[in-house]
Amino acid sequence: MKIGVVTFPGTLDDRDAARAVRIAGATPVALWHADTNLHDVDAVVLPGGFSYGDYLRCGAIAAQAPVMQTIIEKANQGLPVLGICNGFQVLVESHLLPGGLIRNENQHFICRDQKLKVENTSTAWTNQFTQDEIITIPLKNGEGGYIADAETLKRLEGEGLITFRYEEVNPNGSMNNIAGLRNERGNVVGLMPHPEHAVEAGFGPDTPAAMRSGVDGLKFFTSVIHSLVNA
Amino acid sequence: MNVPKIIVEVMPKADLLDPQGKAVANSIHRKGHPEVAAVRIGKRIELHYDNAPTDADLENAKQIAADFLSNGVIEDVVAVTVEA
Amino acid sequence: MAIFKSTKTATNVDTTQDAKNSPDKHQPWKELGLKEDEYESIKTILGRRPTSAELAMYSVMWSEHCSYKSSKIYLRQFGEKVTDEMKKNLMVGMGENAGVVDIGEGWAVTFKVESHNHPSYIEPFQGAATGVGGIVRDILTMGARPIAVMDQLRFGAPENDDTARVVHGVVSGISFYGNCLGLPNIGGETVFDKVYQGNPLVNALSVGALRHDDLVLAKASNPGDIVILFGARTGADGIGGVSVLASETFDSTGPTKRPAVQVGDPFAEKVLIECCLELYKAKVVAGIQDLGGAGLSCATSELASNGNAGMRVQLQNVLLRDDSLTPEEILMSESQERMMAIVPKKDLKAFEAIVNKWEVEYSILGEVIKEPRLYINWGDEEIVNVPPRTVAHDGPVYERPVAEPKWIEALNQDTTNNLKKAETPDELATQLIQIVSSPNQASKSFITDQYDHYVGGNTALAMPDDSGMIRVDESSNLGIAIATDANGRYGQLDPYAGAQLALGEAYRNVAASGAKPMAVTNCLNFGSPENPEVMWQFKQATAGLADGCLEMGIPVTGGNVSFYNQTGDVAIHPTPVVGVLGVIDDVARRIPSGWQDAGHNIYLLGTTEEELDASVWSEVIHDHLGGLPPKAKLNKEIELAEAIQAASLQGLIASAHDLSEGGLAQAIVESCLRFNVGARIYIDEIVEQNNITKTAALFSETQARMLVSVGREDDVKFVGLCEQRGIPITRIGVTDTEPTLEIQHIATWQLADLKAASEATLPDLFG
Repeated sequence: MKIGVVTFPGTLDDRDAARAVRIAGATPVALWHADTNLHDVDAVVLPGGFSYGDYLRCGAIAAQAPVMQTIIEKANQGLPVLGICNGFQVLVESHLLPGGLIRNENQHFICRDQKLKVENTSTAWTNQFTQDEIITIPLKNGEGGYIADAETLKRLEGEGLITFRYEEVNPNGSMNNIAGLRNERGNVVGLMPHPEHAVEAGFGPDTPAAMRSGVDGLKFFTSVIHSLVNA
Repeated sequence: MNVPKIIVEVMPKADLLDPQGKAVANSIHRKGHPEVAAVRIGKRIELHYDNAPTDADLENAKQIAADFLSNGVIEDVVAVTVEA
Repeated sequence: MAIFKSTKTATNVDTTQDAKNSPDKHQPWKELGLKEDEYESIKTILGRRPTSAELAMYSVMWSEHCSYKSSKIYLRQFGEKVTDEMKKNLMVGMGENAGVVDIGEGWAVTFKVESHNHPSYIEPFQGAATGVGGIVRDILTMGARPIAVMDQLRFGAPENDDTARVVHGVVSGISFYGNCLGLPNIGGETVFDKVYQGNPLVNALSVGALRHDDLVLAKASNPGDIVILFGARTGADGIGGVSVLASETFDSTGPTKRPAVQVGDPFAEKVLIECCLELYKAKVVAGIQDLGGAGLSCATSELASNGNAGMRVQLQNVLLRDDSLTPEEILMSESQERMMAIVPKKDLKAFEAIVNKWEVEYSILGEVIKEPRLYINWGDEEIVNVPPRTVAHDGPVYERPVAEPKWIEALNQDTTNNLKKAETPDELATQLIQIVSSPNQASKSFITDQYDHYVGGNTALAMPDDSGMIRVDESSNLGIAIATDANGRYGQLDPYAGAQLALGEAYRNVAASGAKPMAVTNCLNFGSPENPEVMWQFKQATAGLADGCLEMGIPVTGGNVSFYNQTGDVAIHPTPVVGVLGVIDDVARRIPSGWQDAGHNIYLLGTTEEELDASVWSEVIHDHLGGLPPKAKLNKEIELAEAIQAASLQGLIASAHDLSEGGLAQAIVESCLRFNVGARIYIDEIVEQNNITKTAALFSETQARMLVSVGREDDVKFVGLCEQRGIPITRIGVTDTEPTLEIQHIATWQLADLKAASEATLPDLFG
């Protein structure tokens, strides 16, 4: 199973995403932004970071990259795509997901271990979770406020497309506490928190069991492997 | 000698949140200017040309503004003008 | 590759020929900060007056910041007071961009701490941001991938309005730049004291990892190698004073107003990091230097001088952001995110392919030559012709006057002995809350939550634990730990001891996390060297640190000096920030700084004396600074560290936390709040055993002490190990299922209340 991890100039969490793929049991394939060839990968991860320095708007310039042309095309044909943080911003700028992401309400960058509720388990990336499962995933961003017009919000809620919701604390002022969503088809998922930072015991969030033992993020990656194996 | 340029002005959509504008308004109030009711912050983008922009250039600029310089979900292009 | 060359023609510049023809031309050497004897010295070196460009180069390279002229004679001690044993693991010592230490398994680590104090007062955001950028480039220049950052911040009085301005700017700047580079921020310190009011201290540390054979040095040694400037374009950043030359040379344009501040673009630096790492991997770079203070003047002269060679440079080839820059300004520009590479001719194509892949701009400036001379041309005109060594390394060396301060004896006699101590349990309890919630002791999460600690996936420990720990090798789990410390109040009372105390504390912090201390870096922040009393403080502090390092067997690998830190005429307290790097064979063995399980015994290691002078207690409760700081017990720190290491290797320790500012009370509260697990503590035994007051038991800052929690099954072994090694050990309590802290005969607190008190302070002040 090959999972592509895209690197744009300014991408930061590509190595972490690759590690997560490896730990989950698949082979990470590095995809360069200027290359339209996806090298036969079975799924794609758009990792976090500050692609193009967040110039113009977060993810705006990355969305125009050659590799994105192919990814958009393939996503519309069912290729599983996970957008994490800046990756989520790229998905929104590419119109693969609706809405927008703006500056955190309190104007500060925030890095915290964030509780999320998994509200949709029928996607390529969430099928290994249980409905309404509460997970802890590191969050770290300055432009994570999800916004959408009333009509879009109604539709997202009505169709159950909200995939993750902030639990206990809304760290950035996102509307309806939306932390992440999916497309209608369920192959494209975007979220602000970083599952790739909760995959290896000893380096994830603290849990009541032990310091830095949280690995809730691993299921994102085992889910996509599961969905591909059972496709 | 200055070649005229095209100015694109982008503002966050009127009915959407502008947390930056709100934070700046609060600061202005704290500095003793309650008369400023609200603040909204946008972008001014300058497009520079080697020769004076034509009508076609202006139309193209409007397209570029709509397609790329703004995100229609969260922003409006409020002006695209030629400036001396 | 786009080329945007300056439109200035050669006829406007001051050439070497002009210099020969007009020996008596007035030159603004004074305005540029040079002394008359230094100006004369330049004329002697060159055999003529310097050109404008040469004058600019010498003035900035011979400045305090670049030449270390006031500190050199003292810094030598770090290289002299060193044994062969200490040098064993040192791959690169002082004098290079950063020190490099062999940590085993073919890995090396490079680390350094630097200051960016004055720019951070003028423009806190950019000052702090470019401070991070600069230190990261120093690490990158050694051939390493930067893997973490830390910062040591000192601000003025918390209630002062201007402090908020500086705090917001500095923290946002560090957050903005560090996060965008993808470097986890794993620790540091934040201190408030009115002595830093007009002069905040912003020190930035970075650490990088490399394989032994990836090491690259900043030297140009092979004639024929190509000199290439790459990265961001050169603009008018940071050239402030040099504009005086512009008005000298260009009468018609009048004096130019140039910004003194540098502006950073972390995206450009992130791209530069990835590009450089690829260049290193491809082995196409023979030498490399980053451009920081003094920009091109520094890079060209240092690369040449370090390689005992010379260079020919065509300055007009520099890619510019601003075509009105004069050659002098180009040489002085401190535009960020630029590097200078020495590339063998055979590797040029490969070099170009890599920089083009990353869309990094570059310009070929010239070549390395055998003759140790630096020739810089502007088109056909020669504007610089100097021996690079005289610019980069043979700057002036001052022996500034030194005088013990007249006020120090009285200060040392004004001890805390006569200060009122708490008498009732209620008073002690109240004082405890006051201390743990005071700005210097309170939770810093308001600040540190603005930094990414996760990026890279190798952060084993970060704030609030005792040191920052990073896994270096993902298969063997080899890791490094870093801690930085300084206490200006201790330094003010006794600078020699103050430096040793900082070293001891950083050493202890590294040991508390389970690592073995190996190397030292330092950032020496002091007042004006023109003040003999400050020079005395500097002399004492450097001696203290050098002697301390010798005693502890760990070498100084590099560091930084920042002078002229004053608010008006008042110098800051001597604030030598000391960073200690340690190694751990397996990061899985790291020791958390707080207890996670109930029913564990809590031990205090070390002895406690009545040492309240300069303590947090004396500051918060009595606004007092006087007496003598706690005794530095470096030999005891070594014994303590070795005991912790031995116990940790046997898996006996559940948690360890060092005692420092705020004493035992602070350490206990922090250990409880770390994982929200309570404790029942009794201090009566310590009071009796050491014959001290209850106040001292709780708040004394006696050195070489550690709080350790141990599982019941490991008790006997652990106590036996300590006793065998002669480490005083006293059981002072037990961890609890209840989320409360009880200090017997004093008070019981809900952990939730302690947490609320600690976490409210900074947001209330600066939120």
